[in-house]
Amino acid sequence: MKLWEIAHSRTGDKGNISNVSLIAYDIKDYELLKEKVTPEVVKQWFKEIVKGEVVRYELPQLGAMNFVMYDALGGGVTRSLALDKHGKSLSSYLLDIDI
Amino acid sequence: MKKIRVGSGAGYAGDRLEPALELMERGNLDYISFECLAERTIAIAQQQKLMDPKKGYNGLLEHRMDKVLPLAYKNKIKVITNMGAANPQSAVDVICKMAEEKGLKGLKVAGVYGDDFFNQLNKYQDATVWETGKPLSELDGEVVSANVYMGIDGIVEALKNGADIIVTGRVSDPALFLAPLVYEFGWDINNYDLMGKGTLVGHLLECGGQSAGGYYAEPGKKDVERLWELGFPLIEVSENGDFIITKVEGSGGVVNKDTCIEQMIYEIHNPKEYLTPDCIADFSNVTFIDIAKDVVEVKGATGRAKPQTLKASLGYKDCFIGEGEISYGGPGCLERAKLAAEIVEKRLELTNVKYDEIKIDFIGINSIYKNQNRVYQTPEEIRLRIAARTKTKYDAVQIGNEVETLYTNGPAGGGGATKTVSEIVSVASVLINRNDVEAKVIYKEVL
Repeated sequence: MKLWEIAHSRTGDKGNISNVSLIAYDIKDYELLKEKVTPEVVKQWFKEIVKGEVVRYELPQLGAMNFVMYDALGGGVTRSLALDKHGKSLSSYLLDIDI
Repeated sequence: MKKIRVGSGAGYAGDRLEPALELMERGNLDYISFECLAERTIAIAQQQKLMDPKKGYNGLLEHRMDKVLPLAYKNKIKVITNMGAANPQSAVDVICKMAEEKGLKGLKVAGVYGDDFFNQLNKYQDATVWETGKPLSELDGEVVSANVYMGIDGIVEALKNGADIIVTGRVSDPALFLAPLVYEFGWDINNYDLMGKGTLVGHLLECGGQSAGGYYAEPGKKDVERLWELGFPLIEVSENGDFIITKVEGSGGVVNKDTCIEQMIYEIHNPKEYLTPDCIADFSNVTFIDIAKDVVEVKGATGRAKPQTLKASLGYKDCFIGEGEISYGGPGCLERAKLAAEIVEKRLELTNVKYDEIKIDFIGINSIYKNQNRVYQTPEEIRLRIAARTKTKYDAVQIGNEVETLYTNGPAGGGGATKTVSEIVSVASVLINRNDVEAKVIYKEVL
């Protein structure tokens, strides 16, 4: 099953740091997400894009998590050579993870 | 209990105007705030001001104010915006002239400034730049602007002095929304629990439509009504800091628990520590409850004492980026695009073009994600994009030129070539002492 089936996501950016949320549609799926989508899994998934560490913050009452990914935006929004300099589309890529 | 209604007028400099007007007509608002100043925008505005001392404010100021001023006057809605950018003083003059022409007698306009830190940079040469980890003195590139993220002080002062329209330079985005709450409710600015609640109000409103179904739709999973008529969010705040978020009835979009959660987490790192000039907000125990269609009740934000330092953003001339694109289609298109990329790389080497970094994308396959290991079906069409960062403009120009010359010198069937060159003003951030910054306010009344 893809994360896309049970969760949604939005990406934000600050300098060279990207943050990607993961939010369960049904809060009952939160524990499953927490177990399967560890910072290590996310770091591995984005390994070609994210050069720094990945930190996970948990918001259980919202069924949500926030992944903060360091050194993730090609040097930062202003000087990145990427087409998507803000990394806005990374949220949809996260949801492609199979669990 | 006293309640205040605050609307979101814009989420970025170029945002739609109609949703703001709709809110001002039908939202029964007390305040509307327009967030229009991205991190780097002020550096570009500063350069415009250097060329013309009357410029340097948001390029859409006149466009927005033409419709906003009469509505603000008619419906007694106070307007707060950072459209002053590098020149709030000039923005005040422009707004007053427009208001005078429209006969809006007695309207009081205030400009909040004091964020320009350029002349004090000397004493911060040893400060560490966040982005590089090195001292400011070692920054590679001419610094063209330095602006501090100020808090609510200047806006609150302007409101106390009866301002109707407040135009600022750099202030924190949430301050545009927190300030009217502090003024109206007489909140103690050392009550960090309330500052945290008001900061969440700002955080949910500062991105325009993003709390109201904008940037949210996923057909079949998260369907959103009439995004072409998206309504911007408004918040009704109670004196104790609890609030509901909604939008004008009948507008497009959706406000629900999930749109709010997506927006609350947007652009924050640790939910317990959202740093602003007015408090360290803590969103870790926030709850959202759907209480009616498009109405969500929000509780649980709190906060801690504000930091002793403020963030300053420096704009500096960093580099140039040259780009070129060209499309290939039909059988073998990916192979032809790969050959094209190889040709460009060889040409850049042969002609001695220097670049610090180059990126080759096959749009449709790997331009936004890299995922090189995946197996793809042969695409129907492919667009090659080559971008490189250079030290000189001359070298940046050559990148696009070498892509363009693929027309007559490259593989078969290349079409739709485009090229661009940009001078890149990047942002460097340093922390500065709060005591080095003081908000200043100017006033002008429409006669």
